[in-house]
Amino acid sequence: MGLRIIVVLAVLMGVTGSPTTTVRPETTSVDTAAHPNSIPETAEETGQNEVFSEEEAAEDVMATGELNPNHYPAQRAAKVVQHYLTTRYGSPYRLFGLHRVHSGNAEDVGDSGRKYQLEISVHEIISNTTQKCSAEVFFPHGQKQESPQVQASCEELLNISTKAQEEALYQQYKMNQTLLSAQNLPDSHGHIEPDVKPLWHLGIVASSFIMLKESSENTLYNMAQVANITQLETENEQLKFDCHTLLHDMVSQEILHWKLLFAWSPAEGVKVLQMEQLPHCQHCEKPPNTN
Amino acid sequence: RVIPKDGIQLSLIKEMEDMIHFELDFWRDVTGVATPVDVRVPFHSLQSVKIYLETQDIEYSIMIEDLQEMLQNHVILYRCLCIKSRIVCLVQIYSFQDMLVAENPNLVSKIVIGQSYEGRPLNVLKFSTGGTNRPAIWIDTGIHSREWVTQASGTWFAKKIVTDYGTDPALTAILNNMDIFLEIVTNPDGFYYTHNNNRMWRKTRKPNSGSSCVGVDPNRNWNAGFGLPGASSSPCSETYRGPKAESESEVKSIVDFVKSHGNMKAFISIHSYSQMLLYPYGYTRTPAKDEAELHSLAKKAITDLASLYGTRYTYGSIIDTIYQASGSTVDWTYNQGIKYSYTFELRDTGRYGFILPANQIIPTSQETWLALMAIMDHTYKNPY
Repeated sequence: MGLRIIVVLAVLMGVTGSPTTTVRPETTSVDTAAHPNSIPETAEETGQNEVFSEEEAAEDVMATGELNPNHYPAQRAAKVVQHYLTTRYGSPYRLFGLHRVHSGNAEDVGDSGRKYQLEISVHEIISNTTQKCSAEVFFPHGQKQESPQVQASCEELLNISTKAQEEALYQQYKMNQTLLSAQNLPDSHGHIEPDVKPLWHLGIVASSFIMLKESSENTLYNMAQVANITQLETENEQLKFDCHTLLHDMVSQEILHWKLLFAWSPAEGVKVLQMEQLPHCQHCEKPPNTN
Repeated sequence: RVIPKDGIQLSLIKEMEDMIHFELDFWRDVTGVATPVDVRVPFHSLQSVKIYLETQDIEYSIMIEDLQEMLQNHVILYRCLCIKSRIVCLVQIYSFQDMLVAENPNLVSKIVIGQSYEGRPLNVLKFSTGGTNRPAIWIDTGIHSREWVTQASGTWFAKKIVTDYGTDPALTAILNNMDIFLEIVTNPDGFYYTHNNNRMWRKTRKPNSGSSCVGVDPNRNWNAGFGLPGASSSPCSETYRGPKAESESEVKSIVDFVKSHGNMKAFISIHSYSQMLLYPYGYTRTPAKDEAELHSLAKKAITDLASLYGTRYTYGSIIDTIYQASGSTVDWTYNQGIKYSYTFELRDTGRYGFILPANQIIPTSQETWLALMAIMDHTYKNPY
């Protein structure tokens, strides 16, 4: 398994719309036309069967104007906001889920892309609180795959302070004699040991940088599993981790494998240092989960 | 559990394995003296095996008295014992099915509608109080093997039906007039694979000629919009439609069964995750002829579902709500004239995804049951 090009990024928390490009490694003959793109929405629905060739399906004419909040265009854009919030504010003690889309609107910005305006509710998972956010998501349409750009303002996102818990965790990890390592978070049965939960959460925050970067109007990313997370030695104040994460794209139904190198400290938050997609290996089966 | 005390007992136990009529399943094989041997004994052999062991003075203890009771423990529902390469989880569900039939012979029977690619039986439980070819409701779970909450829920539904018949007026009325068919492990090859090789396996396990990639997406293999956008033509893709419609025996068996039955009135295919209740179509934006009714019934169903634990579902046509998908199950069943064709996507919305924690199985089953009841009740009260 040859290594693909490693993209070295210094992604700081709070930088929206990462400007770096990623050379996507070749995947084993995945039919790009297989992406279930929507067929053009015709205003005059005459009920005739629309038959499209695979090439025509690539013409992605998505809904514009006011969006149905329960349909996938608004839902996919809202999921991107979830990933954005997680990269910006996420920590071992703060994680976000999309709770609900209240309303949405989409408009083309010339040829450069499409902009979504959304009113959503997000769920902060650990404190189990929900709050409203207004967000804007811009999906660039270009030759090469570019990340969406997000702006969001939420009511009281940081109201519940997690600084004390983060500091305590940080100290605990810093003072550990041995480097931490964990696999299969959660396990096949959805179980996760309480003492490795913070590692799972760190893996989710770090993975959110990838999910944000890779998102488009034709994807919907969720975490599938943290396959492996290993603490590495550091010379500075930051804690450093190597992580193999599995992401699930609902639209293609594929499980994507990524390798991540990231740093964390309560002061700086999560910073991704390197990210690399692993090739889709049909023959590489994981050993059975003995649970 | 049997513990051989000496060499003679060891060989006696080994001999038991050869007694085919006992139909013993060794969960933990004979290795040496004083090492435990775990055996699953089918009900019909229990007395004989006990007598055999007792007359030879071989120590044994009963580990799991009642498989059914065990399956009600939701943790064990998930935590199947996967010893070596044995298909123990599948075996447990198959045992459960047999036991359900044995204990409720006037209500439940098992029909084998075909075989998977690797030769596993495709079992369907028929819940019927009589009649001949009554109008029927079909429910399937586990067509995508990694969606483990669905097979677990299917098992729960089976138990729920036998428990509620005679006690719950609504279900009793339905079963007094209609039959229910339930296929719990619709993709057994995939299910086995998720336990022993790859937890995230979705498709069937049929090899594809000319490719090193295995499997076909059974929810893109149906003859509805087959070949249109919404599925992949690549064998390596998770949404590979297959070389032709109904190429997978797991799909063909259901097609043949439904066609020969000829009197299905509702068809419900259960998946996870996303918390959605979907109706046709997936392959076209043309609304289904009965969209208004399907939409309002879906709304009733998810309202009932939410009444239990507040779980929020979205609902609508497949193509509007989740994505364009061609060759999907309920598009075919709907085009066959089965009006109440629905696809469920159960919990959750992405936090755990496919690896939903075991403690959510029973709440998920309970709330989903309310939605199923809404659909079944409506089907019963609106004959067509």
